Amino acid sequence: MAKVKSLADLKKMKDNLQSKMDLREKSDAPNSMVQVKVGMATCGIASGAKEVMNFFIEESAKRGISAVVTQTGCMGYCYAEPTIEVIIPGKDPIVFGDVDVKRADEIIEKYIKNGELVDGIIPVNYNTID
Amino acid sequence: MEKYKMHILICGGTGCRASASELIQSNLENALKAKGLEDEVQVVTTGCFGFCEKGPIVKILPDNTFYVEVKPEDVDEIIEEHIIKGRQVMRLLYTDPDKKETVSDSKHMDFYKKQIRIALRNCGFINPENIDEYIARDGYSALGKCFEMTQQAVIDIVKASGLRGRGGGGFPTGLKWEFASKNDADQKYVVCNADEGDPGAFMDRSILEGDPHSVLEAMAICAYTMGADIGVIYIRAEYPLAIERLKVAIKQAREYGLLGKDILGSGFNFDVEMRYGAGAFVCGEETALIHSMEGLRGEPTVKPPFPAESGYNGKPTNVNNVETFANIPVIINKGAEWFSSIGTEKSKGTKVFALAGKINNVGLIEVPMGTTLREVIYEIGGGIKDGKKFKAVQTGGPSGGCLTEKHLDTPIDFDNLLAAGSMMGSGGMIVMDEDNCMVSMAKFYLEFTVEESCGKCTPCRVGNKRLHEMLDKITEGKGTLQDLDLLRNLSGVIKDTSLCGLGQTSPNPVLSTLDNFYDEYLAHVVDHKCPSGQCKALMQYIIDPELCVGCTLCARNCPVDCIAGERKEAHIIDVEKCIKCGACMDKCKFNAISIQ
Ligand SMILES: Cc1cc2nc3c(=O)[nH]c(=O)nc-3n(C[C@H](O)[C@H](O)[C@H](O)COP(=O)(O)O)c2cc1C
Ligand code: SF4
Ligand code: SF4
Ligand code: SF4
Ligand code: FES
Ligand code: FES
Repeated sequence: MAKVKSLADLKKMKDNLQSKMDLREKSDAPNSMVQVKVGMATCGIASGAKEVMNFFIEESAKRGISAVVTQTGCMGYCYAEPTIEVIIPGKDPIVFGDVDVKRADEIIEKYIKNGELVDGIIPVNYNTID
Repeated sequence: MEKYKMHILICGGTGCRASASELIQSNLENALKAKGLEDEVQVVTTGCFGFCEKGPIVKILPDNTFYVEVKPEDVDEIIEEHIIKGRQVMRLLYTDPDKKETVSDSKHMDFYKKQIRIALRNCGFINPENIDEYIARDGYSALGKCFEMTQQAVIDIVKASGLRGRGGGGFPTGLKWEFASKNDADQKYVVCNADEGDPGAFMDRSILEGDPHSVLEAMAICAYTMGADIGVIYIRAEYPLAIERLKVAIKQAREYGLLGKDILGSGFNFDVEMRYGAGAFVCGEETALIHSMEGLRGEPTVKPPFPAESGYNGKPTNVNNVETFANIPVIINKGAEWFSSIGTEKSKGTKVFALAGKINNVGLIEVPMGTTLREVIYEIGGGIKDGKKFKAVQTGGPSGGCLTEKHLDTPIDFDNLLAAGSMMGSGGMIVMDEDNCMVSMAKFYLEFTVEESCGKCTPCRVGNKRLHEMLDKITEGKGTLQDLDLLRNLSGVIKDTSLCGLGQTSPNPVLSTLDNFYDEYLAHVVDHKCPSGQCKALMQYIIDPELCVGCTLCARNCPVDCIAGERKEAHIIDVEKCIKCGACMDKCKFNAISIQ
């Protein structure tokens, strides 16, 4: 192992290592992050939820958005899979249906970044999924 | 490079290890490999989550799902259901004892809501055997920052933070460091006290197991301020896992050059060695500890001289507790002002407590100073087991006292606990309910001190033995009113005349129970009754003639044949012969037998 020779060295090392801990740090403060929950029940996976989830994880990192991406079970909207729920801190959760990579891109750019609504919102009759 | 989508944290603390957490870990790794998920899901072994009683703990991120009492055979279901399908395994979730509902994740557990984790910041979060994870969380940067400051500037930060020693005494840490820095010598030492002898305490062990680097870094910082180049960790040999983790941590820190010569190019040299204690309580006292390190008998000596003047090998030595050290790097990084904004006027920051006894959530917690006992017991601790009534809580271990109902809303800090007749101690907190006899409780602690007294001075060696004998007599129903006065008198003498902290505090459990539960002592000596029914000698098994139907079952089961009575007539117990085994009461189907 290489020696750490100065505080600057240590800082550089920290910056490189930090990304590995990123997921843990974010999970620890979920309420201050954008939370994206991807429905990953049987029908969700069948209709490409996994791809959508990967897209959210990679793109939010690339586009500098602090987001926690989790998977959840059946959301009850088989007709509109893949479904995702997005919670922006301080706002009510919103569920989007029929999300493919293209729509995911739109959700990030419009809703998550600017708070604009996009099509395909499924009305929900609860406030949070606590 | 792999980009993990999920992390599975599994507790590798002593508690969870004891219930097969290692096997769970390897099962998880194998199952993930079998499904081809090893690049998507990272398995991390961490230190203690504090929820040891419900261990082994498995926590899944990013959703913070908190699984309790996980068994190796549950692994397939976790992978299949949770990891692949995103459905929580309901039966493994924690059930709130009050509301009888399962709790989806750690963020919604009452146990964690009121906690602030400073000393435990990395426990249950990083892999303690991987220095990279410590560095990723700012590890060793505090040390680097200190090198850019003068020694005095660092001491001033510690002073301004208001940090007080967590080993029991509560002495201001910055002041202690200043003394040690001002004493010039060719050689100085930093010692970490990891002897942790209080019965039921495991705060220090958990920190060392879960975050060993925080202690190493803090020792280096302390060494820098006082000009020491050798650090010694005195740890009890009964802590094999903590010792192992420390060894790994020291090795990794040396490989990175964070221990050794010219650390971070500062020209400062420092290295750490370990010494093993045989587990005597008195060796936790700093002068005894130093003698034990020197290969002498672990007996305390009179202070002054204080270790800061003449300690290990007669050289200036700074002794601090594990938890005290664990706070240091954060104080340097976040500043004295941040630290001193937490806590009460004279007790800053947080304190780690080991919650034990008749409480629902037994475990390790860290709360801001000034949290009330009520919050700790009822909110974090989930209340008293089996819906019983709270009676008292013992803080400060064998040196402390009990606090009662009337103290429930007292903010916990060094001074308030002293004023209430107890003390902070190292952080043991044993909760008692209506079934606990306070005389027996005092007797239990005296038994401990008699066993652990080093025998050097008479008041402690003989006095505590006499205290114990008197308590024993009272629990046997043979005590008198005069004994109660004697107890109080002798306690005062022992406190005033003992040489070290052990003797000076050992009568505290007696005095505080006399103060708070005098009625209970009276019941024992005047009525010869134990109100909580714990003192066996004072119990009597009685058959209620109204309820007894004369089935003879009890008589046939009594091992000493002391139950008499004709078939279909009320039976009667010969209380003189009865050995109080309780067999009759267990057998009676008519609830006719009771204890009085
Ligand atoms: C009988 C006795 C036992 C002690 N045991 C411990 C112990 O196990 N761990 C500890 O850190 N301090 C223990 N202490 C306190 C130490 O003497 C010393 O005050 C402490 O290590 C100083 O560190 P601190 O200022 O960081 O608290 C004990 C004191 C007495 C009198
Ligand atoms: S007070 Fe007790 S433990 Fe302390 S030196 Fe005296 S005999 Fe030993
Ligand atoms: S308690 Fe035991 S010894 Fe006493 S009467 Fe019952 S069975 Fe017999
Ligand atoms: S078992 Fe109960 S009911 Fe039967 S004889 Fe004994 S006391 Fe009476
Ligand atoms: S299985 Fe897809 S929403 Fe129910
Ligand atoms: S040892 Fe696992 S939670 Fe404490």
